Amino acid sequence: MTIKALSGNEAVAQAMRQIDPVVVAAYPITPQTEIVQLFSGFVSDGLVRTEFVPVESEHSALSAVVGAAVAGVRAMTATSSNGLALMYEVLHIAAGLRLPIVMPVVTRALSAPINIHCDHSDVMGARDSGWIILFSENAQEAYDNVLQAVRIGEHADVRLPVMVALDGFVLSHGVERVSLLEDAAVEAFIGEYQPTVDVLGDEPVTVGALALQDSFFEFRRQMAEGLYHAPRVIEEVGREFEGISGRPYGLVEAYRTEDARAVLVALGSTAGSAKEAVDLAREEGLRVGLVKVRAIRPFPAAALRELLGGCEVVGVLDRSLDYSGQGGALYTEVKAALHPLEGRPRARGFVYGLGGREIGMEDLVGLMRELVPSGADVTYLGVRE
Amino acid sequence: MYSLKELSKRPELFEAGHRACAGCGFPQAVRLVLKATEHPVVVAVATGCLEVTSTVFPYTSWNCSFVHNAFENVAATISGIEAAHSALPRYGKDVGPRHFIAFGGDGASYDIGLQSLSGALERGHRFLYVCYDNGAYANTGVQRSGATPRGAGTTTTPPGRFLDGKPQRRKDLTAIIAAHGIPYVAQAAISNWRDLVRKARRALDTDGPSFLNILTPCRLIWGTAPEETVDLVRHAVNSCFWPLFEVVDGRWKLNYKPKRRQSYVDWLRRQRRFAHLFDGRHDDLLAELEAEVEAAWRQLLERCGEVDDKS
Ligand SMILES: Cc1ncc(C[n+]2csc(CCOP(=O)(O)OP(=O)(O)O)c2C)c(N)n1
Repeated sequence: MTIKALSGNEAVAQAMRQIDPVVVAAYPITPQTEIVQLFSGFVSDGLVRTEFVPVESEHSALSAVVGAAVAGVRAMTATSSNGLALMYEVLHIAAGLRLPIVMPVVTRALSAPINIHCDHSDVMGARDSGWIILFSENAQEAYDNVLQAVRIGEHADVRLPVMVALDGFVLSHGVERVSLLEDAAVEAFIGEYQPTVDVLGDEPVTVGALALQDSFFEFRRQMAEGLYHAPRVIEEVGREFEGISGRPYGLVEAYRTEDARAVLVALGSTAGSAKEAVDLAREEGLRVGLVKVRAIRPFPAAALRELLGGCEVVGVLDRSLDYSGQGGALYTEVKAALHPLEGRPRARGFVYGLGGREIGMEDLVGLMRELVPSGADVTYLGVRE
Repeated sequence: MYSLKELSKRPELFEAGHRACAGCGFPQAVRLVLKATEHPVVVAVATGCLEVTSTVFPYTSWNCSFVHNAFENVAATISGIEAAHSALPRYGKDVGPRHFIAFGGDGASYDIGLQSLSGALERGHRFLYVCYDNGAYANTGVQRSGATPRGAGTTTTPPGRFLDGKPQRRKDLTAIIAAHGIPYVAQAAISNWRDLVRKARRALDTDGPSFLNILTPCRLIWGTAPEETVDLVRHAVNSCFWPLFEVVDGRWKLNYKPKRRQSYVDWLRRQRRFAHLFDGRHDDLLAELEAEVEAAWRQLLERCGEVDDKS
């Protein structure tokens, strides 16, 4: 194990170097660009054996990665925002063909107005494309998630692509202390890839056939089955990863929730700040806690019911809007998860940080002071009204 | 080169039983291209009639490996496969030689997938791209494409009081591809099968990207009878609408000069998509269309060094 000062992008690039995928096809977009550049450098310097395909667009990046994956090899790309939007069509194809592609997504607002800074509208817009989606709290988690994503996606019971989200600039460019595993430890952890499809093999195979009314539904049902298995696999892989790294991983992470009357639910880097805010609020005597959601696809509904069922109010932080008029996507889904509970807690939604608007410790602590069952259903934090 | 007898003995990689219409031109193009292969083949096909008629689950007409990804990304898809193949020896897994062939219709190639195609050619992947050009989007019901000849009626250029069919000229995709400076580019036709197979062979031997543009009639688009398919292509070639040529390492070479030139206007007359031009009130337009074909042919002769007098 080596400890280094790395940005999130550097940490992700290091994970990719250690995975040594057979094909990487990628296209630059802020704030992901550095990953492509660093990886190109590894290729030039012979630190990886990868064939790097410098495609002319993100649509082609994921299309080429799908091509490589049906050739039975590990293949990766990375993107942000408009690049992810441009891939939208192929996201569904990668999942539908059951290809365990791993893709870091450095989150950024979607245009218009154009804005290169962090929010989660890009990933949220792609959340129902059949991909498993993991969020990262810090650069360390981004690194750890990329490595675990290989195992999760490739698991025989899952066989689905995995997105690893890390917050644009906040994590991609912020430099942190990151503990890297030895190359050999990563090699042993990810193991040899066992593809289920290989167009380079000796037996001819037809991939991507036309499936009509008599078969399409069954393909989709099988895909859903893969997602149903994913929570168990995410937890199993997390435990195994803890064994080699000392860092535990599951679907969600609970922070000081045991006796909490009010619990915040958050994604990504904000979950890190929220932990500190919980500590500060507790010093004021407020019984508050935090649940960090790591996997948003599949959605950890059962785990959330367990953690949130006993509290009085849940405050859900969304760094995107879903335009249903009901707040943000995470809020809506948390409410749906709580719905089966008798005497469920009240849920309130807080939309924050769009287009990189900062959220400070005072905002979070203030929110917890306000987090009583009397406020509005949806609040826009830090916006000029 | 191969005789017909020899070709018939070579393995059939595109099998009977596909659901293309009687008289469809592309099955012949696909079979002839695949007949020219020597190694195991990986085919990628863009969304379109070839894809939907050949892989209706759980059936497949492909006796080689086949991938369909989407409409506009067949070149990017084959890039990824080729990249995997070229990297594998570095991982100690040499699977041996493979041919990589992408097929796309004119919609996939001239229009929506042109960026993906251009990018793959510029990057220099070792693959053959075959455009089967039937002159419109057949799969979605005969809409115009960048390859549709001027004057043709399609469902998005329906002849009417204000429109004489497609107003624009077709783009010259083969020349656009040649401008990429890739090692091998050719235009071929299913009527001239020997020339087509030779070109496919040459393309497959190329160490880098290669491109074939093949004219393949569609009876729905063209409005013609199935049994006329091959003769219509022959007529297209002899009218100089679809000349046979190749561009080898940047040098243009004419492969066929009709001994007896057939009339382009007569070729139009044979197809229902141009019927509205033969009401006696479109003679000026017909003359223009003929002049356009003639000008393009002259330009090609010049590119191929076939014009002696520079006057
Ligand atoms: C992104 C996208 N846009 C549109 C379509 C609908 N579509 C499917 S095939 C096709 C036309 C195909 O035309 P062409 O490439 O000429 O092939 P052909 O059908 O003539 O064989 C269209 C418009 C699609 N599948 N994907």
